Amino acid sequence: MTEHDAAQAIAADPEHVRGLLRQMVRVRRLEEQCVELYSAAKIRGFLHVYIGEEAVAAGVMSALRADDAVVATYREHGHALLRGVSASAIMAEMYGHAEGCCRGRGGSMHLFDAATRFYGGNAIVAGGLPLAVGLALADRMSGRDRVTVCFFGEGAMAEGEFHESLNLAALWGLPVLFCCENNLYAMGTALDRSESQTDMALKASAYEVSAWAVDGMDVLAVEEAARRAVDAVRAGGGPHFLELRTYRFRAHSMFDPELYREKAEVERWMERDPIALLRTALEASGELAADQWDALEREVGAEMAAAVEFAEGGTLEPVEKLTRFVYSEREPTARESGDRAPGVRGSR
Amino acid sequence: MKTTYREAMRAAIRDAMRRDERVFLMGEDVGRYGGGFAVSLGLLEEFGPSRIRDTPLSEAGFVGAGIGAALGGMRPIVEVMTVNFSLLALDQIMNNAATLLHMSGGQFNVPLVIRMTTGGGRQLAAQHSHSLEGWLAHIPGLRILAPATVEDARGMLWTALEDPDPVLIFEHGSLYNVAGELADDAGAVDIDTAAVRRPGADVSLITYGGTLPTTLDAADALAGEGIEAEVLDLRTLRPLDDAAILATVAKTHRAVVVDEGWRSGSLSAEVSARITESAFYDLDAPVGRVCSVEVPVPYAKHLELATLPSVERIVAAAREAVGSHG
Repeated sequence: MTEHDAAQAIAADPEHVRGLLRQMVRVRRLEEQCVELYSAAKIRGFLHVYIGEEAVAAGVMSALRADDAVVATYREHGHALLRGVSASAIMAEMYGHAEGCCRGRGGSMHLFDAATRFYGGNAIVAGGLPLAVGLALADRMSGRDRVTVCFFGEGAMAEGEFHESLNLAALWGLPVLFCCENNLYAMGTALDRSESQTDMALKASAYEVSAWAVDGMDVLAVEEAARRAVDAVRAGGGPHFLELRTYRFRAHSMFDPELYREKAEVERWMERDPIALLRTALEASGELAADQWDALEREVGAEMAAAVEFAEGGTLEPVEKLTRFVYSEREPTARESGDRAPGVRGSR
Repeated sequence: MKTTYREAMRAAIRDAMRRDERVFLMGEDVGRYGGGFAVSLGLLEEFGPSRIRDTPLSEAGFVGAGIGAALGGMRPIVEVMTVNFSLLALDQIMNNAATLLHMSGGQFNVPLVIRMTTGGGRQLAAQHSHSLEGWLAHIPGLRILAPATVEDARGMLWTALEDPDPVLIFEHGSLYNVAGELADDAGAVDIDTAAVRRPGADVSLITYGGTLPTTLDAADALAGEGIEAEVLDLRTLRPLDDAAILATVAKTHRAVVVDEGWRSGSLSAEVSARITESAFYDLDAPVGRVCSVEVPVPYAKHLELATLPSVERIVAAAREAVGSHG
């Protein structure tokens, strides 16, 4: 998006644009907090942070309806938060506490939330794509106009499940928005070292899917593209694909010594920090006074502090409940099945 | 009425489709072709292409889509033509279907039924003859069924569709043409218990699926020698009906497990271990096992027959068990 376009978007609805800035800052501060807590050994396992990529989740989530579905990857703290899962429930999950959004069963890589139709938190690369296709198939067969958005990295596009899913979705004209978060590295393997076709939108368009690339560091551009795509999908235009060109500022995980990329490259991308870009644009338009930014930072800081406090005060799931949720807790009877409401059900 | 296993399975699908509009069948060649094993023949004409849904050759894609559709409120029946091809979908079965409920802290159950053929005996060689239900039965979060009779072919599907969690149904390829009597009002059956298919006091032959007819034949042969074998059909491979297994062992004090899977790390190993753990002092003889020879299943008829459990091998194992004295 040009500076002129950005200025226009800001002028049209400055409150909304400040909202997008807030959403990105919320993700950033949540994850900075997570990294700190990881170093303090409060959080364990794998921790993959999204720092640098926040504009993607913020822009796309803003284009969704509450009854749409979201399928994400193992780098999904931001998606969960912006979909409406509370920072407290996310933080408690990372602490492995019973108050977490998955009662401590999932952890950082497996955040789920039925209330916001957030289907994870999928840690097998490309494994979430067929789920998204199926969720969309259920909507199509039931005559609902909901959209399923599926996030995945460019690394997933080397997997068979990507190709199978794009083909199925396109063949059946299903309401899925595929969002490729192209951060240029599949863990430590650069895109041009792993895929013969590095133009992701072109690759997707081989399946007769409308596909285009977007500046993933520009939240306004992401939001505009996502709105256009979501509207088209909802209107029956079949699956769409967005390649969101972005970059991961931090290591792949907490175990990654980053031997595979140059510091200068990281620094170059950090000059296009999505938060700084939008903040600057808002300030240039006179729509973000210093005290407004300070208030935003203060409020987000308080939210994250409260989340940490909530997680700290959490409880451990009793070991006696270890084997809960392997199977649903109530066996149905033949008589009940006809009455059961369709839709997602948790176990009681 | 007289019916075949194939017809009973088709009647079960038709019945489920009529009873619940959320039910649909999806898989390779289930529609126009009528099913790789002709189970769904004629259903496309009755229910249309949306509910009898042909898929591309994309096992991971359409099994995963079945999981997603189940999450989205449908009751999919996914047909994977054979267990051999299901290996291409193992990621979806194991990493998604079996784990989502637990990972999500109880929020997302997956009411999905996956049907597939299994087993050898038809000279289809190594890549079309696997018996991997024992592998799948290793996985917590799944329920594994092995209908061996026309009653179970007719009745297990509806009960499986009512289960809130993923159920895999293994249909042995050699059973489709087997005919049997089915009550006119045959319907849903339980998917929790094992069933004694032939009572006997001298030795327990414990089996399931495609080896049930072979085992019953072996029991007949043993009867000619004065050995009365009790044949227990496990029916559900996960969770195993421990009580039924222990009850038959308590009765006969001798057990032979018949399993078309390979012996090492097999379902027969699990059954044997449970008997030893819980009924050791009931035993008058070591638990015997008749499994497939540990070789990729060969094409040539005589070699394949030598690979799979046979009446002769079952009889020999039963004799050995009965001949032992505790």
